[in-house]
Amino acid sequence: MRDLSRTIVMWCPDWPVHAAMRADGIDADAPVALIEHGLVFACSPAARRDGVARGLKLREAQARCTSLITLPYDGVHDARAFEPVLAGIETIMPGVQLMRPGVCAVRARGPVRYYGSERAAAEALLACLGEQGVADARVGVADGPFAAEQAARRSDAERIGIVVSGGSAAFLAPLPAGLLLDERLGVLLRRLGVHTLGEFAALPAVDVQRRFGAVAAHAHAIAGGYDGRVVVARTPPKDFEVLVEFEPPLDRIDQVSFGFRTAADRFIEALTSARLVCTGVRVEVRSESGELSERSWLHPRWFTAADVLDRVRWQLQGSGAIDSGLRSAVAAVRVTPERVDSTGNHEEGLWGSGPDERVHHGLTRVQSMLGHEGVLTATIGGGRMLAERQILVPWGDAPPEERVRSAARPWPGSLPELAPATVFRERHPVRLMTDAGVDVAVDDRGMLVGDPAAFSPAARGAGVHRVQAWAGPWPVVERWWDAAASRRVHRLQLVDEHGDAWLLMLDGAGEGWQAEARYD
Amino acid sequence: MAAVAVSPAERDGAAQRVAELQSRIRGMQATTLESPALPTAPAIAAVLPGGALRQGAAYSIDGSSTLAMAVLAGPSQSGVWCGVVGVPDFGMEAAARFGIDLERLVLVPDPGAQWLTATAALVDVLGVVLLRPPGRASDGDVARLSARLRQRGTALVVLGDWPTSEARLSISRSEWSGLGSGHGYLTARTATVTATGRLGAGRPRSARLWLPDGAQAFRVDETAMPPRLQAVSA
Repeated sequence: MRDLSRTIVMWCPDWPVHAAMRADGIDADAPVALIEHGLVFACSPAARRDGVARGLKLREAQARCTSLITLPYDGVHDARAFEPVLAGIETIMPGVQLMRPGVCAVRARGPVRYYGSERAAAEALLACLGEQGVADARVGVADGPFAAEQAARRSDAERIGIVVSGGSAAFLAPLPAGLLLDERLGVLLRRLGVHTLGEFAALPAVDVQRRFGAVAAHAHAIAGGYDGRVVVARTPPKDFEVLVEFEPPLDRIDQVSFGFRTAADRFIEALTSARLVCTGVRVEVRSESGELSERSWLHPRWFTAADVLDRVRWQLQGSGAIDSGLRSAVAAVRVTPERVDSTGNHEEGLWGSGPDERVHHGLTRVQSMLGHEGVLTATIGGGRMLAERQILVPWGDAPPEERVRSAARPWPGSLPELAPATVFRERHPVRLMTDAGVDVAVDDRGMLVGDPAAFSPAARGAGVHRVQAWAGPWPVVERWWDAAASRRVHRLQLVDEHGDAWLLMLDGAGEGWQAEARYD
Repeated sequence: MAAVAVSPAERDGAAQRVAELQSRIRGMQATTLESPALPTAPAIAAVLPGGALRQGAAYSIDGSSTLAMAVLAGPSQSGVWCGVVGVPDFGMEAAARFGIDLERLVLVPDPGAQWLTATAALVDVLGVVLLRPPGRASDGDVARLSARLRQRGTALVVLGDWPTSEARLSISRSEWSGLGSGHGYLTARTATVTATGRLGAGRPRSARLWLPDGAQAFRVDETAMPPRLQAVSA
């Protein structure tokens, strides 16, 4: 029984920072902090030496370490970067369980028998990790994953911590109880005078079960060295990604897309034979000069080989035409499936799935003619300015959730009632004048100087119309706390003598009146 | 037979009259069989010749996006996919409020030189396509597109001139309500919408419409309708 739960745990300190630094090519001893919601989520050893710690506010961290490089925290990236490390470990010992990005466990019995001793197995593991560029990993061996991870965290100078079989309870006894328990229970036990895991383990198991419930009873067993969990080896995911390397590198888009054609077919065939369809792919293009361009592409239905090829082409061409050259020759293209689903959920009906499929095919045709951004769908989001309320996304992409959700929030200062049928993408300058032909202005108190009497839809003042009715100015003040993004504008509605209604705005930056929209 | 002396002025007048009559005859002769109607908003149906949008027909609209939205709203509400080509300034929020379903609306704001090809590709799959042509299409292209429209049963709505349009809708005498001199805000408008039939023939039909009314809906302005004939006792 003991032999079965014997576990080797590999722990990689500061994995999120390590992953982010490796991705961005930052020097290993630079001070780096990952920021989440304005707080430090993780930091590099150099930053820690300067006093940066987890949970610190961004400003405070920057004050303590002036050369701090801050990066946004991305949990998905952590997991993705850990994947090759896991695959590397799997080449020397089978049956790896991922506990979280940066920590993984291996059942000890096999490797120990193969390498001769626990220390030899741990050394082999460290050597393997060293080859993959994870230089400061720690390894712990103990009964059960929890004790082994604690052993790794308290490892010796050789970065190996071994707790002898049956010695877990004694090893864990001096450690603080908060390591194993959730915050509420940890605080409660501290108030009851239980500070260490040893003291917690000394409580009678029945009483713990009765007083604190099943979760605490499980923790109690682990604290007592009876960690019943065994390592459940993961099934290595099937590899669907395709990589095409061009030697010599190609510098024309049509050449690259032709060269990728068979790979795209292979990619889709492999998925289909595993009874999967792919609804999202990630395309990575590496250029000869080492530049890496990556992007995720979604599909409203699922990808066919031609669709994958289209995405590669669009990523390469940006907004240029297909026969245009590239800035730097393309050395490799890699396509990875990001979202897959069982084919069963996407089965076509007996007579096809109705008109929407036809629409999709037609629109894809237009898209491959005009580019990905050529065909758009619209949703209404939040905002005060009319143009920023309309969210336009290319056909097949999902609209940004954050912006769609913001539509439900109140937007004081947004336009009530009637929405204008023409919203100018680029506002053009107009003139608004009083009877005397003087430009109408807005004073510091937000009042009009002079009554609008004449209006000209052109900047030079040609084609003057009489103003029949008007209202305003309505101030819109946005982000006044941010000097770069703040905006202060005044809006005005008017109807001219021909019955045309306009929405004008006066930018605080002194650009004069502009037409924002027209009710035509 | 004595020759009747005809003055040149009279002769010109007669020629003009003949041309006018011929154009009326051409207009009244249906060139195609009656095609099925698309679901149309009642307000627009009151103006259009035939009382509905026809599948496979082209309509042109004189410079009013609201009127174009009113034309699209009817089909869109009943589940027809709509497309908008070459109108980068199309107000989405107005479209949504006027009853166009954004889930089934596709935009091609900048088709560039390929506008005709893009329109033709959309005509293949969508029910109604709104187009603002950035340039003039040749007669051959127009004929090909018309044939495609008839074949696919798609209606084309053009903002601007279109040679083969079934009817031309224009707007005149807009009256806005809600806005005073320095107070209020725009809430509604009434406008006279006039539809001229094919080739300028046929009597133009016009109606006073709310475009839109206070509830952001399109409807016929009943107050402006001519009084109906009623039977009275002798």
